[in-house]
Amino acid sequence: MDVVNQLQRQFIDYSASLHREGFLDDQFTQLQKLQDDNSPDFVVEVASLFFEDCEKLINNMARALEQQQGVDFKQVDASVHQLKGSSSSIGAMRVKDVCIAFRSFCEAQNREGCLRCLQQVTHEYSLLKNKLQTLFRLQQQILAAGGSIPVVE
Amino acid sequence: MVLAESGFSSPRNDAFPAGLRVLVVDDDPTWLKILEKMLKKCSYEVTTCCLAREALNLLRERKDGYDIVISDVNMPDMDGFKLLEHVGLEMDLPVIMMSVDGETSRVMKGVQHGACDYLLKPIRMKELRNIWQHVFRKKIHEVRDIESLEGFESIQMTRSGYDLFDDGHFLSGDDTTSGRKRKDADNKHDDRELSDPSSTKKARVVWTVDLHQKFVKAVNQIGFDIGPKKILDLMNVPWLTRENVASHLQKYRLYLSRLQKESDIKNSFIGMKHSDLPSKDSTASFGPHKAMNMIPDDVPNGTYSFSASNSLAQNVDLKGQGDLKGITSAPVAEPKGALSIDIHDSHEAKSTQMSFDHSLGSVDSAVSFASFNSTTPLQYPWTEIPEIQFKQECEPLHLENGFSQLPLPGPSMIENEANRSRIEVKPLLDECRSNFVEHLGPVGAEDLFPIQSKSQSLNNQVFDLISATKSSMKTQDVGLNYLADSEFALRNLNASGVGVPLATLSEDLQICWLQEYYAIDQGLFA
Repeated sequence: MDVVNQLQRQFIDYSASLHREGFLDDQFTQLQKLQDDNSPDFVVEVASLFFEDCEKLINNMARALEQQQGVDFKQVDASVHQLKGSSSSIGAMRVKDVCIAFRSFCEAQNREGCLRCLQQVTHEYSLLKNKLQTLFRLQQQILAAGGSIPVVE
Repeated sequence: MVLAESGFSSPRNDAFPAGLRVLVVDDDPTWLKILEKMLKKCSYEVTTCCLAREALNLLRERKDGYDIVISDVNMPDMDGFKLLEHVGLEMDLPVIMMSVDGETSRVMKGVQHGACDYLLKPIRMKELRNIWQHVFRKKIHEVRDIESLEGFESIQMTRSGYDLFDDGHFLSGDDTTSGRKRKDADNKHDDRELSDPSSTKKARVVWTVDLHQKFVKAVNQIGFDIGPKKILDLMNVPWLTRENVASHLQKYRLYLSRLQKESDIKNSFIGMKHSDLPSKDSTASFGPHKAMNMIPDDVPNGTYSFSASNSLAQNVDLKGQGDLKGITSAPVAEPKGALSIDIHDSHEAKSTQMSFDHSLGSVDSAVSFASFNSTTPLQYPWTEIPEIQFKQECEPLHLENGFSQLPLPGPSMIENEANRSRIEVKPLLDECRSNFVEHLGPVGAEDLFPIQSKSQSLNNQVFDLISATKSSMKTQDVGLNYLADSEFALRNLNASGVGVPLATLSEDLQICWLQEYYAIDQGLFA
């Protein structure tokens, strides 16, 4: 019992910090609410899809920006736009914010700026991935200890 | 059986909107999953796909299989707006657009293309919960449309409307009864479609400008008299039926015959006098092609709208500047001649004519023709004009001033004028003197003609103003004007539809015609 409570409290605190630090926003909470008996792993599944998509898009951007003979900014922009949409799906606020800046650089056809944004986006994405994995691990532990996952508002 | 397919006939009917069949299209797998989950939580039946083409295939395969489509704006294989158009045209389903981009221009574009809603990502469940209202609303409108269209456009009535009636679930008992009666009546009209149980719900055809252009092209090639089947073949639009073309053709014939009537009347006292052309502007000819072709060059996309009053006014705007330039630059005796010419020349001078923004100029004769609606035949007290004109002729025609005092923006002011106007000529003289029209010259044309609806009257007035102005200049010299151009167009039109003018008609003309078409559709002319 104690263990479960402890874990649950840890979970709540960690969730709160993620929200506080802007890694996640309300959308993530919405996802958690969607999770039910029909789809008990809903949030984890969605997050996995997001990570996959993210990696693919980041690779696309990197490749496009690497082109020595001329960067196709339209292509980069398209990928950034997609990433922006994707990040909004799980509430990845910080990733989304970088995307916004990223798009301006694309519009301005500023390769340096774009590269910097790419770096930032990659960084934010990695951070988020780690944090979410930690959160999910906590969830698993709670469930394994027989508890239920608290919903953080 | 149609009923079973309709989706509103099953038991879930009672629990509507539960069971609403939603097709979600999004290339983002994360969103697709989330939306699916959300919609399922709303008790909707969800189908997902990540490609627009795939979505269209699904929709085409099961014409009655879905109630509503939700689609993202950005997709790799097809622009979301294009998909939107297709769905609207072919299946006539409500479509909701989604995007992470909430820029007003994008949203506007969505609405323009026919989206019934535009959701911003991240999308909340509560937003999805309410989407059934769009389905419901559409059904209701179809019922209303059916009522207004009866007898006029029975062919184009949708099956879904019948389904509603048949079900009796949607409507009250009374409605159902009348609906059934109507359905029977319509059955006679369209046996083939209705009696075939396996035929799919006939989507209501939306005649976009593109489609209409195809139609016009086909008609030009083979003429009206050949018949809808041939036209349909030529158009090569797979989902269009002979009935669609037939009804469209019918309307088109009406429209043309109206143009012809007007031109005939005008013909009686309008002469073509090249010599009156102001030297500065006499570069042009009668070329209807030119006149009409020039127009699109200067027409910003903004005019591409279907709202009658606005777009007409807008159309008038742009060409008006050309018109007025001609008028203003010419002394009393000449302006009329300048009208058609000005289309060409005035483009350069357009910037100097900013005051005529919402002016009455209607060089785009097609516009004004198109605006002639079919409600009441125009009355042409032409014979009276000359006398009146003479009385006032001594008044110098300060066209420049006059025009600059033209009502701006057009529609509202003209409406004021219209309100004061009457059909008789004489009483209007006083009014003419008292309002801006007197600057223009003897008679405010708008006063001479019955004012119909606000939007149409704008162009009526424009047209009339100019022609009246012209005719007032010199009795014997009614002047070359753009009417000549339009007459050419008409003559060509009547020559069994063969001819260049139609084919070269600008999009604006088509749009205007389509406006009229839709106005008819809405029973304005019923």
